[in-house]
Amino acid sequence: MNDKSYKILLFATALIMPTVCGGVVYALVTDAYEAFEHFGFLKFLTSSEWSYTEGAEQYGALPFITGTLMTTLMALIFCIPFSLPVALFTGEYFKDTKVAAMLSTVTDLLAGIPSIIYGLWGFYTLRPIIMTLNISPQGSGILTASLVLAIMIIPYAASLSSEFIKMVPNDMKEGAYSLGATRAEVIRKVIFPVAGSGIFSSYILAIGRALGETMTVTMLIGNTNNIPDSITSTGNSMASIIANQFGEADGLRLSSLIAIGLILFLITAVINMIGKVMIKRARIV
Amino acid sequence: MESVTPILEFKKTCVSYTKQTMAVKYVSAAVERNTITAIMGPSGCGKSTLLRAVNLMHNLYKNIRVDGEILLNGENILTMEPIDVRRRVGMVFQRPTPFPTMSIYDNVLSGFTLNGIKLSKTEKDATVERCLRSVALWDEVKDVLNKKGTFLSGGQQQRLCIARALAMQPEVLLMDEPTSALDPIATKHIEELLLELQKEVTILIVTHNMGQAKRISSKSMFMYLGELVEYGDTETMFTNPIDERTKAYLTGKMG
Amino acid sequence: MVKEKLLLWGTCFLAALTAVPLLAILSEVLVRGYDQLSWSFFTEPTPTAYKAMKAIEAGEPIPGGIANGIIGTMIMLGMAVIVAVPAGILCGAFLAENGKSRFAQFVSYLTDLLQGTPSVIIGIITYIWVVVPMKGYSAIAGSAALCIMMLPLIIRSTEETLKILPASLKEAGLALGGNRARVMIKVQLPAAFGGIFTGALLAISRVIGETAPLMFTALGCSFIRFTVDKPISAVPLLIWEFFNDPNLQELIWGASLFLLLFVLTLNLLSKYLAKKWNQ
Repeated sequence: MNDKSYKILLFATALIMPTVCGGVVYALVTDAYEAFEHFGFLKFLTSSEWSYTEGAEQYGALPFITGTLMTTLMALIFCIPFSLPVALFTGEYFKDTKVAAMLSTVTDLLAGIPSIIYGLWGFYTLRPIIMTLNISPQGSGILTASLVLAIMIIPYAASLSSEFIKMVPNDMKEGAYSLGATRAEVIRKVIFPVAGSGIFSSYILAIGRALGETMTVTMLIGNTNNIPDSITSTGNSMASIIANQFGEADGLRLSSLIAIGLILFLITAVINMIGKVMIKRARIV
Repeated sequence: MESVTPILEFKKTCVSYTKQTMAVKYVSAAVERNTITAIMGPSGCGKSTLLRAVNLMHNLYKNIRVDGEILLNGENILTMEPIDVRRRVGMVFQRPTPFPTMSIYDNVLSGFTLNGIKLSKTEKDATVERCLRSVALWDEVKDVLNKKGTFLSGGQQQRLCIARALAMQPEVLLMDEPTSALDPIATKHIEELLLELQKEVTILIVTHNMGQAKRISSKSMFMYLGELVEYGDTETMFTNPIDERTKAYLTGKMG
Repeated sequence: MVKEKLLLWGTCFLAALTAVPLLAILSEVLVRGYDQLSWSFFTEPTPTAYKAMKAIEAGEPIPGGIANGIIGTMIMLGMAVIVAVPAGILCGAFLAENGKSRFAQFVSYLTDLLQGTPSVIIGIITYIWVVVPMKGYSAIAGSAALCIMMLPLIIRSTEETLKILPASLKEAGLALGGNRARVMIKVQLPAAFGGIFTGALLAISRVIGETAPLMFTALGCSFIRFTVDKPISAVPLLIWEFFNDPNLQELIWGASLFLLLFVLTLNLLSKYLAKKWNQ
């Protein structure tokens, strides 16, 4: 194979990506079009009706957008107190030691567990605990889903943050130590400011993960199609309504579900893009 | 006595990275057959850049332009197929680069493999022995030919890389500071080897080490800021340099 | 001084706490699933709900197993790997060779985009692309979904491994007169084999547990089947079915144990190999 045909071959394979991604957007947009046309784009986004009584079909995405945002935000809040210590542990306190490697293995394995198994564990272990604690009568709901979601995104946030904490130059830390700073002060005044934007971007990417997580949320959120009124109430996320209803839907409902898929796709794409851009910037500094 | 066409000739050769920065400026020189010619000069003077132009390594990178002519036996290589040029011009790099997944045996033959040339088993064995003998590595590795090339010491690896280049029977061998990553003893081995090898192949060697140039080369080029300042017999250049800059460099007044 | 210790111990304590969910999940699945593992669990297909109900009424263990799921998973995974690995390697090679060109950066961005796309959306897409035109759920559709999910992972691992190879390796190959394709095949890819292989293992472990995209593509099937144009089962799909069917709930844990062990073994194996080959 000469250099020219080799180049052409590589180029042709690389065209797979634009084709697939273009195809994704095209397919989602064309199939979501019916719903947007029928309800109006803004109306679809802001309506909280989801009823498939024949003849009076009404579909709106607001309950699911709310559900997704609530679970994601709460998962983020629950995840920080654990992922940040893990990052400090592996990236600073016990950097390059065996214990740190062990802890990274633990978080890697956490990241590897299939989401359906997280869902089972949440359903059979966490849900009864929530019920006995009298937090919510049925056990499932936004809170339960967020708690498990938080565990699922710890590895993503922690491993990337740890990488940025590790990258803080030694002479900067030594400079602070030589001025009499304690380790706590170095962490607070040197490491966090320097690695801050990198750590922040790793949480953005963790959010990107949480937004689209499907099975765990489907199994734990309670699957009700109304806007959740508290963190313990049940609801549905964008991903979970699709998982629940896609198989049985047709016509306008199918199109509406695809429209929700399109919205979810766009939100995750934007979040991931922001995260990636921030990471690139943080790496250069 | 004078050969009609020099084996290698630079004619107003220029290499530029961008429009503003020219790394090699209008170098003209003819390299004599079966000699060792050293290219000396401080870091960043363009000596490696000039060397790499000879086997069209610059073609790999988009922004680099080579202008002028470089003649190999009277033929301008800049208009030739890179692959044909590279088969006729071997190159040895600063750090030894044995192919990590290949055995010593396969490393020597990698030029053939990479060119899609099939050899019979006897041809292969003969080539491997000939090349490893000519780099004085045969006795050391003949029992471990199936081991990976990366198991060898640095100096052995570099000799393996020279053997690999010799296997293709090149007309010119380019060496880019081939001993800078090696210890003094390994360096001495390689230098002795080069003195032997010049009978078979014309060697163009970039070196940082003035002593090395003095020890092995018969001709020397001194480059400074991309220009070829001085080119002549090594003896003469070391004893009686014409240009002030050469003098300053050789007496250690210039890095 | 107190603050200092508090931060250290607090960090250690909270970091150690993250091991709790892993141990909890592992132990729960192990304890509850261990009893179900038997030879027939791996060789027999899922029982019907009726059979299962009868067995429960009679106080006997539920007959049958997850063989249909295991075979379906293997078939779909196999087809996905056959397409995604070569395509991903070529695409990764393209990115490693042309990293700075506009088009390559665009492709690289799209790779990130696809990698970040929720799997449920990959399911929708494959439904629209494959299930609708083929007029039915099939193993082909399921494997297409898995393939799309594996592709960006393989592209990235190939690109990254090729990029960390010393540039001199490629130059040395080209300096011997090899053309780019041969240097890639004989020198660069062999040198990158470790990284690409472990990357592929990791990609497999990532998609093998995927449920959502298979729900709209492979659908599921209660008997063992080797045809690729018909609905087929998969282990995660079976777990989902068991979860939703009160009669089959006993089977959840055995299936989960199998899936979990498989995924974690692949994970640890790829980590171990990466470490071993890096030395």
